[in-house]
Amino acid sequence: MGKNVTIDAKGMHYTPLNRMIRQAVAEGSEEIVLENVLGQRFIANGLRGEATITVHGVPGGDLCMFMSGPTCVVHGNADHAPGNTMNDGKVVIHGSAGDAVAHSMRGGTVFVRDNIGYRGGIHMKQYDEKRPILVVGKNAQSFLGEYMAGGLLIVLGMDGSTYTGRGVGSGIHGGEIIIRGDVDESLLGVGATKLPLTDDDRMRIAPVIREFAEAFGLDPEPLINAEYTRIIPASSRPFAGKYTWE
Amino acid sequence: MCGIIGVIDRQRRKMDGSAIKRALSMMNERGSGEGAGYVAYGAYPEYEDCYALHVFFDNIHETKRTLEAMLEQWGHIVHDERIRTYDQPNLRTVHIPWRYFFKPYAGLMAHSTSPEDDIVSQIVMKINTAHTGALIYSSGKNVGVFKAAGWPEEVADFYRIEDYEGYIWLAHNRYPTNTPGWWGGAHPFNLLDWSVVHNGEITSYGTNRRYIESYGYICTMFTDTEVVAYLMDHLVRKQNLDADLAVRALAPPFWDDIDRMPEKEQDLNRALRLAYGPAMMNGPFAIVVANHEMMVGFTDRIKLRPLVVGEHGDRLYISSEEAAIRAMDPNVERISMPPAGKPIIGRVAR
Repeated sequence: MGKNVTIDAKGMHYTPLNRMIRQAVAEGSEEIVLENVLGQRFIANGLRGEATITVHGVPGGDLCMFMSGPTCVVHGNADHAPGNTMNDGKVVIHGSAGDAVAHSMRGGTVFVRDNIGYRGGIHMKQYDEKRPILVVGKNAQSFLGEYMAGGLLIVLGMDGSTYTGRGVGSGIHGGEIIIRGDVDESLLGVGATKLPLTDDDRMRIAPVIREFAEAFGLDPEPLINAEYTRIIPASSRPFAGKYTWE
Repeated sequence: MCGIIGVIDRQRRKMDGSAIKRALSMMNERGSGEGAGYVAYGAYPEYEDCYALHVFFDNIHETKRTLEAMLEQWGHIVHDERIRTYDQPNLRTVHIPWRYFFKPYAGLMAHSTSPEDDIVSQIVMKINTAHTGALIYSSGKNVGVFKAAGWPEEVADFYRIEDYEGYIWLAHNRYPTNTPGWWGGAHPFNLLDWSVVHNGEITSYGTNRRYIESYGYICTMFTDTEVVAYLMDHLVRKQNLDADLAVRALAPPFWDDIDRMPEKEQDLNRALRLAYGPAMMNGPFAIVVANHEMMVGFTDRIKLRPLVVGEHGDRLYISSEEAAIRAMDPNVERISMPPAGKPIIGRVAR
């Protein structure tokens, strides 16, 4: 097999499909193009290395779960939990994604051009240099960053929409959620608190926004200069007293 | 985890069952091979004035006579036949599916505003609670449920679902969690005009069941979903609620959301929650219900189960996964994910 491989996934079950992807990577392929993808789960599941997987179609749930290194570009919508427990690498979705995007993500980057469903970034975490990033181009539904333990989550509101979901950062005890515009106090979850975005914050997230804009061919400057609300944990141990009694 | 899909053609153009079979099998991962089923509205145009009763018989010697005696006591059997099935290697035939086309004598329930429906409903409840070896699992006019314990394709092939045509279809792939998989426990659940498919579990089942049983409905299928069919029948047919209000009674806004509504909206929502509190469903669920003129999809209020909507011309699709919709209609337009608790309603044109 050469450096580029194209696989026609039409009607194929995810098990042989993933076997073919892993074999192509093992044989040194750097570009793997999947055509006619429809509903196959676990694509690039646990995949390591440097390859780029391009998906044409609508992949099933848990895209790039446990992935560590590769880049996956989807031309279509993704289902639930793309980037689930991902360790490293990059997922770029030219469309929308379902619920629990970047579920328990530990490292790497997930970019979603349009919208995501409920519980985006649930239980993202970080440790030392491992700091996962989820950026959403348009907007997200309720319980964004639920139980978040680390990482960076940005909602750009590019379509002019404002965030109206409830329970943002419910149970958050690490990491930060940055949302375009103001987020009403009533929408904050238990354990979350909001702050205005400082100039230092803006400097810090600018490279991430630039990378996002480049992935989708957008002008980054209006996104960098927009108004944002920063949501962080009210304390590092919001439930320290939960099961303790005198 | 279960897989659900529904489609309605607003112009009543009929679709055979082959596409929904293909769509449901896209979601095999959501099931465990212990239950799958389909329902088609418009399945029996030649008997459209009759109630189509689908019955699982344990055997057809003793229980069949008992059922027929009761039907003849309350009405007239226009036609009956064994539902055609085709043996599948991995599907064990534990029940014999039969269908009756039945016309009740309305005069026997003269005090009722819907005497024919009431007669059929009480026959269903009587038969299904009598443990006679017969179970009526489908009882509407011009509608038929086809279900069994097996994988989606097996169940479809067992009934040759492509031989049936409907302008509304619902289908379900089951992953039983709290109760065993069996033929009667497969979805869709149906009572009269209402059919339901459901992914999730209804943790408020005990409250809902006590509420609905106080109106004469009796839960017999050992699973939570059947209560939804009875609640919809009760709220829409008996309480005269519009479908979207009925759904709002089942999955109402949170109190703190109601507090922030304009005053008139507050009054309506408070009244609904107070009047129908015991009908409110809790727990994770995504549900699609249908009757002969509409299909309605909705989820629990904190969205613990997926629901995707697609539209294409006169067709509205609701499913657990976008890929299943695309398997039915590769050219589907406008894919969206509705907010939790918000009913998505497709009605046939009048």
